[in-house]
Amino acid sequence: MQVYLPIAELSVNAFLILVMGGTVGFLSGLFGVGGGFLMTPLLIFVGIPPTVAVGTQANQLVAASVSGVMAHWRRGNVDVKMGTVMLAGSAVGTVIGVWIFSVLQRLGQIDLVISLCYVFFLGVIGSLMLVESLRAMFRRGRSGTGRGKLHKHNALQGLPFKMRFHKSRLYISALLPLSVGFLGGLLVAIMGIGGGFILVPAMIYLLGMPASSVAGTSLYQIIFTTAIATFLHAYTTQTVDAFLALLLLAGGVFGAQFGTRAAGTLKGEHSRALLAALVLMVGLKLAFDLVTPPVDLFSIDVAASGQ
Amino acid sequence: MIIRLAIAVVTAAVATAQQDAWGQGLEADLSSHLIAIPTDFTGTDVVLFGAIAEPGDVAVVVQGPPEQVVVRRKSQVAGIWMNRADMTFGNVPSFYRVATTRAIETFADERLLELEGIGLDYLRLEPVDAGDASAEEIATFRDALVRTKQRDELYAVDTGQVSFRQALLFRTTVSFPANVPTGQYLIRVFLIRDGRIVTAQTTPLLVSKIGVGSLVFAFAQDHAAAYGLAAIIVAVLAGWLASMAFRRG
Repeated sequence: MQVYLPIAELSVNAFLILVMGGTVGFLSGLFGVGGGFLMTPLLIFVGIPPTVAVGTQANQLVAASVSGVMAHWRRGNVDVKMGTVMLAGSAVGTVIGVWIFSVLQRLGQIDLVISLCYVFFLGVIGSLMLVESLRAMFRRGRSGTGRGKLHKHNALQGLPFKMRFHKSRLYISALLPLSVGFLGGLLVAIMGIGGGFILVPAMIYLLGMPASSVAGTSLYQIIFTTAIATFLHAYTTQTVDAFLALLLLAGGVFGAQFGTRAAGTLKGEHSRALLAALVLMVGLKLAFDLVTPPVDLFSIDVAASGQ
Repeated sequence: MIIRLAIAVVTAAVATAQQDAWGQGLEADLSSHLIAIPTDFTGTDVVLFGAIAEPGDVAVVVQGPPEQVVVRRKSQVAGIWMNRADMTFGNVPSFYRVATTRAIETFADERLLELEGIGLDYLRLEPVDAGDASAEEIATFRDALVRTKQRDELYAVDTGQVSFRQALLFRTTVSFPANVPTGQYLIRVFLIRDGRIVTAQTTPLLVSKIGVGSLVFAFAQDHAAAYGLAAIIVAVLAGWLASMAFRRG
């Protein structure tokens, strides 16, 4: 069934969008990431203009994260204090990110920067996670679990403005979650992603949060970041397609519910290894596209209607 | 209501445009002067039909509202392909389609085609600020613009697509793809004989969104802040509802 999208100004197959939303939603529930890093390239691939893909994706992520966070909330896996501190950083990051986005768009370099960001972040995060999770699996296979300290400490956690986070049983500098949030905000605005695939590992390795509350807390924080991004994109560039977002979320919210349930059956390190493999695959594909000679060296952009 | 009004305006404009054309030997009209884009729009065809008073060749030129287009060229930097050069073209028809009885070069010379902008090679497309770009370079960017528009099915030449029913009755079908730009279109019909334009007629066509889609578009454009807030609220409710539904089940 073809549906005309009023903001993107083109027709798409509604069933295709529903399936895309469902698949990405399932993965997002499974791994506790927003899934934007998969959805945005997919939308662009089926012909949605990149700017509309980014703006609409932010809107869709609001719904997906609300739906996802409810399940974690019921299990008490959301560190509201930690999430709120991160949120303060991400609000600033989002505003700056939307501004950078519009400047790059004018310069015609937004697509390149989006791709480079993806390749860099997906490559680095994917590799780190893969190595770590494989090592964890190997350890467990050999000698069971050696339960030592609750979490590792690093020098960054000792920065000033120390704050106590009861839920995560942490006493660390507030600057750390603030900066992690700031980075997340930038990524939401520029890459059209929730930033979960960066936030989750950053929260585990940098903040030292217990794995159980990472997914819920990052989703909680992503709700607000994506809401801010949705508003800014809708306000400044009118690139939020409500029809497209509703289709994506119809598929996405259901997928996410199944994903969250499936998450219970996976071991943490297995889940991380799978996510790492997925992240690396997307990164490699984008890197490959950057160095492959384009079919047509030329591309066009409508700068303005009328004259 | 708005659509009815639009139809009324178009009809009035048609009446003016058509006055005294028949006196000069050409009469043409469209099966519809309004292309309404509903929510399930997948493209549409409009039939243009007409009569000529004396034998000759007919060329139909359909042009969409003008726009400004930036054409960018990629080149390799450290192994990565990135946009390195660009040229902005002004007054570019967002949609351009020509239908003719025969290949245009067989019945009209270059000067006439250039003057009237009939055919992709003769359509006037000029950079807003050419700077110190050479004529060849401008031509390369211009060709790229036309090529891309053709790929998007927004530019086309349909040679031989104007057919005669009887000696003096002609018709052609103009196809509009799903991504047709909205706005006021202009359709020019030429009767050409012995390399000269015997007569020409202009007919307007309105491409407009209707139904929920057009309301959403207008809301997003005119009340951007409210639209943004509404989008967030809908998303939050949808996410919450889905989660509730699954909790019970």
